[in-house]
Amino acid sequence: MAYLDKKARQIFLWEFVQAFLLSMRYFFAPKATLNYPFEKAPQSPRFRGEHALRRYPSGEERCIACKLCEAICPAQCIVIEAEPRDDGSRRTTRYDIDMTKCIYCGYCQEACPVDAIVEGPNLEFSTETREELFYDKAKLLANGDRWERAIAKNIELDAPYR
Amino acid sequence: MFLTNWFQHTAGLPYPWAWTLAQVILIVVYQAVVMVSVAFWILADRKIWAAVQMRRGPNVVGPFGLLQTFADAMKFMFKEPIIPAAANKVIFLAAPIIAATLAFAAWAVVPLDEGWVVADINVGVLYLFAISSLGVYGVIMGGWASNSKYGFLAALRSAAQMVSYEVSIGFVIVTVLIFAGSLNLSDIVRAQGPDMRGWYIFSPLFPMLIVMFISSLAETQRPPFDLLEAESELVAGFMVEYSSTPFLLYFLGEYMNIILLCALMSIMFLGGWLPPVAIWPLTAVPGVLWLLAKIVVLFFMVSMVKAFVPRYRYDQLMRLGWKLLLPVSMLWVVVASAWVVFVRPVWGPFFAHLFGG
Amino acid sequence: MILQALAFYLFATVLLASGVVVVTSRNPVYSVLFLILAFFNAAGLFVLLGAEFIAMILVIVYVGAVAVLFLFVVMMLDVDFAELKKGVQSYLLPGLGIGGLLFAELIIAVAAHWHFAPHAAPAAATPKGITNTQALGHILYTDYVYYFQAAGLVLLVAMIGAIVLTLRHRDGVRRQKAWTQISREPSDAMALVDVKPGEGVE
Repeated sequence: MAYLDKKARQIFLWEFVQAFLLSMRYFFAPKATLNYPFEKAPQSPRFRGEHALRRYPSGEERCIACKLCEAICPAQCIVIEAEPRDDGSRRTTRYDIDMTKCIYCGYCQEACPVDAIVEGPNLEFSTETREELFYDKAKLLANGDRWERAIAKNIELDAPYR
Repeated sequence: MFLTNWFQHTAGLPYPWAWTLAQVILIVVYQAVVMVSVAFWILADRKIWAAVQMRRGPNVVGPFGLLQTFADAMKFMFKEPIIPAAANKVIFLAAPIIAATLAFAAWAVVPLDEGWVVADINVGVLYLFAISSLGVYGVIMGGWASNSKYGFLAALRSAAQMVSYEVSIGFVIVTVLIFAGSLNLSDIVRAQGPDMRGWYIFSPLFPMLIVMFISSLAETQRPPFDLLEAESELVAGFMVEYSSTPFLLYFLGEYMNIILLCALMSIMFLGGWLPPVAIWPLTAVPGVLWLLAKIVVLFFMVSMVKAFVPRYRYDQLMRLGWKLLLPVSMLWVVVASAWVVFVRPVWGPFFAHLFGG
Repeated sequence: MILQALAFYLFATVLLASGVVVVTSRNPVYSVLFLILAFFNAAGLFVLLGAEFIAMILVIVYVGAVAVLFLFVVMMLDVDFAELKKGVQSYLLPGLGIGGLLFAELIIAVAAHWHFAPHAAPAAATPKGITNTQALGHILYTDYVYYFQAAGLVLLVAMIGAIVLTLRHRDGVRRQKAWTQISREPSDAMALVDVKPGEGVE
């Protein structure tokens, strides 16, 4: 009987019928994917996205040109040049990040003593040309100004775990 | 007919010219409709596959992603066509054109409704079979002309696969012909009338529908028999060296062949343009919609198979074709003949009473 | 009618031209492709004669199956074209002679003794009201059924002969038993054992 049962199942392609029913169940199952440009996945406060240079609330830039980030960067994508400013404080004259080299490890923001260089929550910064990915100081500061609120919130949320 | 009359009487052309003009317009419109519909079949294929994998599928270009295929086609057309330096240029470019042209030509004999057929020839089924057996040339010429060993090996294997499965398709067609007693596709549909009790799916020919379905998958190199193209693993088999518009033509031809075989199966087994039940609201629906509905059902099955059947190995493929499908379909030729000669004359009236013919 | 005449001359011209190219082409692959073109045009001529069944069978069998095998072989061969050309020169004269002889015999036969057998003449025309295919079937399976069966038998013998000549059973080759592989089920292949601590499995 078991033999007949098995043969009957083989002749009537029972496995295929079962597979069809199973895939029909998944056909009507809720989708597992997000409708990406319109829906976005939740993001951790520690997310490491596009770089930004932050400022103090007074508008003074935080970076003191200690070059710790340049030193620690494993991809060596950060280039900093510094000079004393007119008021005698030490500031960068050049702060470049080659985003095509960057591996988004986050060491720069760990190394920074003043929370100046951070990796913000932005991940949608694709460009049409390669040149646009060689960020200079102005671009990084502009990023900082644009994303300051989100960055500050993320740092605040992550503070208890540091 | 309407167009011919219009050209002849309203526009005042002599009959041969009016007829020719009307036929040309008819053919152009028909092929354009078929070609544009292919875009939506491709989209449906992708959407169905996505749904089984719990994805959404293309949904950005146009409402519900309806224009996605047109966007893809535009991309292909504006890309640079690359012709390998050592390729045989003429055959390299002729092969995809042949593949696409054959796919178009086959649609000439498909009856969409009672009398809705471009060429109502007596040997319609044989014409379709001949055209689909020529599909091999698009493959083998393309693979050889690109002068690439990968393309050539894949072409040889694809051609062997298509030739093998054609044999069982041929025998399936023979069983249907024995039942219908005609080689004309419209007559085959009429022989299945008036409603679903006469369809060959509900007759001893049912196993042949399954054989035909499996063979069609192999013939058009659809999953689970797409081991030579294997879009995700290999580099598209014999189409390795193709890009841009030539590739687009292959792609178009492939999908048109799939839909053609779905249409052929609907005509041979599911009663073509006939409604399932011949009562008033259903008979009022145009037959072309019934045919379309049947094609949609079969195409849905073709897409679903892609989603849930794992890919076959080449020796398994050949074994299935030659050692299982071919003997079964040959046996069924005998069974169908015996049925028509011995059972039908005796039991025919009884079945006519029970099943309506 | 004029359309038919035009179609006839088109098909016939292309048929003859492609036939010539088959013989003269340097590349054997081109030869096969032009052979296919020739088959096609022959099918077109059959359609013009009203023999659509034979036309379609010609395309299906010769173009769809036989020529594919030709193409397979020719594409796999490594042909030296110069070597091939050299042979043609020396055989040109005898070849032409034999061809001319055959052609002359054909002309003489057609001109002098060509006529239909008296009982074949009425069968030659397709009767009204039935299709070409049905007419062929009626003739093949009634008047000529023994010849038809004999032809089938010859083909069967040829097929069996080909298999006998090429089939070799070598010893020591482990073959795949696909059916046993497919029929294998979890219950045939494994057993679940409840192992007590410290006892192990036998």
